[in-house]
Amino acid sequence: MNLSSLTIPGARAAVQERKTTATALAESFYRKIGKDDPQIGAYLALCRERAISKATEMDALAAKGENLPPLGGVPIAIKDVLVTKGIRTTAGSKILGNFIPPYDCTAVARLEAAGAVMLGKLNCDEFAMGSSNENSAWKPVHNPHDLSRVPGGSSGGSAAATAAGMAVAALGSDTGGSIRQPASFCGVVGLKPTYGRVSRYGLIAFASSLDHVGPLAKTVKDAAILLRTIAGRDPMDSTSAELPVPNYVAELDKPVRGLKIGVAKEYFGQGLDNEVRNTVEAAIQKFAALGCEIVEVSLPHTRYAIPTYYIVATAEASSNLARFDGVRYGYRAAGVRTLSEMYRRTRDQGLGAEVKRRIMLGSYALSAGYYDAYYLKAQKVRTLLTRDFEDAFTKVDVIVAPTSPTAAFKLGEKVDDPLAMYLADIYTVTANLAGIPGISIPCGETTEKLPIGMQILGKHFDEATILRIAHAYESSRQSSVLSS
Amino acid sequence: MKVTEKDVAYVADLANLELSDQERARMLRDLNSILGHIDTLNELDTTNVQPMAQVSDRYDSKPGSDRFAYASREDVHEGLRKSLPHDIAVANAPDSNGTFFQVPKVIER
Repeated sequence: MNLSSLTIPGARAAVQERKTTATALAESFYRKIGKDDPQIGAYLALCRERAISKATEMDALAAKGENLPPLGGVPIAIKDVLVTKGIRTTAGSKILGNFIPPYDCTAVARLEAAGAVMLGKLNCDEFAMGSSNENSAWKPVHNPHDLSRVPGGSSGGSAAATAAGMAVAALGSDTGGSIRQPASFCGVVGLKPTYGRVSRYGLIAFASSLDHVGPLAKTVKDAAILLRTIAGRDPMDSTSAELPVPNYVAELDKPVRGLKIGVAKEYFGQGLDNEVRNTVEAAIQKFAALGCEIVEVSLPHTRYAIPTYYIVATAEASSNLARFDGVRYGYRAAGVRTLSEMYRRTRDQGLGAEVKRRIMLGSYALSAGYYDAYYLKAQKVRTLLTRDFEDAFTKVDVIVAPTSPTAAFKLGEKVDDPLAMYLADIYTVTANLAGIPGISIPCGETTEKLPIGMQILGKHFDEATILRIAHAYESSRQSSVLSS
Repeated sequence: MKVTEKDVAYVADLANLELSDQERARMLRDLNSILGHIDTLNELDTTNVQPMAQVSDRYDSKPGSDRFAYASREDVHEGLRKSLPHDIAVANAPDSNGTFFQVPKVIER
């Protein structure tokens, strides 16, 4: 069995039809991880015992001829910001280096209830803060397409593991592009759902009003299956929406002819790499060929998205990360005499440079005398950015844009310039501020054979349409690849 | 330069960080660079714009209902989810006597 091209329906069918067992499948993934991951660095922890236990359960069902659940026997892996009962969860940080959560996050609980086999926990930027995965306290992740390049971030381990065939699919989190940008850099599909679509219970908080849980997968259909599994109201997250979850898979094959595709000139301006521009523009022509109507729209406040995001996100982070103080869990500095000394030393020693930078920026923006000038101002511009989308979506069904201004950059290229790193998120942060869903799908490659991704943004809770359009594009691309 | 060395020391104090001399110098440079970019927000007149703290109140699933209606429910008196058992709740603590979290001296004088 070719693990690199294995999809969710493929893996499930192989177990169901007893061409293999879920146990054997998990073991072959562990062998592949053992062989390939030393070069890539996607995994932080493996949970073989728990994986084999679930696989055995699925094998017993298959042996009895019973119908497997939707993810029965499918090996998946989880970004290390999602807590897993009894499995070390670090959020890529030294301060949680020995943290063993006493409960499961909702998204993982739902995947396992649907039969998924959790292989392990995936590397990421510390507390999901970063665009290159270089802020992991443990080790960098290398892009499987070119080991000298970053996989993107912060869900770099999730994207790299999926692209390298070291998991059938993965869960990530997206606060400013952290699912979509690494998906684009690694040539896989990454979906950030609408805010409120997927429970955040058990997601280690970075910026609570911007954090989302979502899937990374090899195909749009796999992403649809995973979203269907993890979506829906959860009493443990009061911001999770009380709305029915559509059968996304059944909607995939509905026709796309006549749908209106918005193209915003603000997403094709200065700073966009020419190869990325040409590739995404060619993809837009493909939509026209599929019978969609291409409509120009304007999102006039786009240039204010990065400054708005980096105030809102860091302000929320400075508050959320106050809990890491060495009292209830995680690392505590040794040799301290007083409580306040313990807090400071613990945080100084336990947190990395980028996390401290964001805590400082957020604390500054919230401090007396600066609150109105920074935090309140950013909240108001957030309204303007959201209205831009609301206005555009009165004219179009979706908006298509590049996911990132460039393909994957080199490891080390931007580590000394935080502002340059932040600007890599220029096309993704707006969807988090507005809470709308977005999916990144592969749409070509550079002359250096690096993947290029495009992003399809949709209306609140209309994941079905962005998945359908993404699926139509993916199918047409595959058929043109096959016929050429 | 908007942010001064004094500001860095003050904000580090608010955030319960100490930072080494080297870190403070770096922080001064980085914060000024980032805030320089953030200042572009002042180009916008936002006098009559409502602030947006979070997304959910822009797509209330029940039109006309109260803001934050999605987050309220009737009181539950029975069948509440059980809390974590004591021993499990303190299991991750760096220092605990099994019942309480233990910390260094709180009163510093």
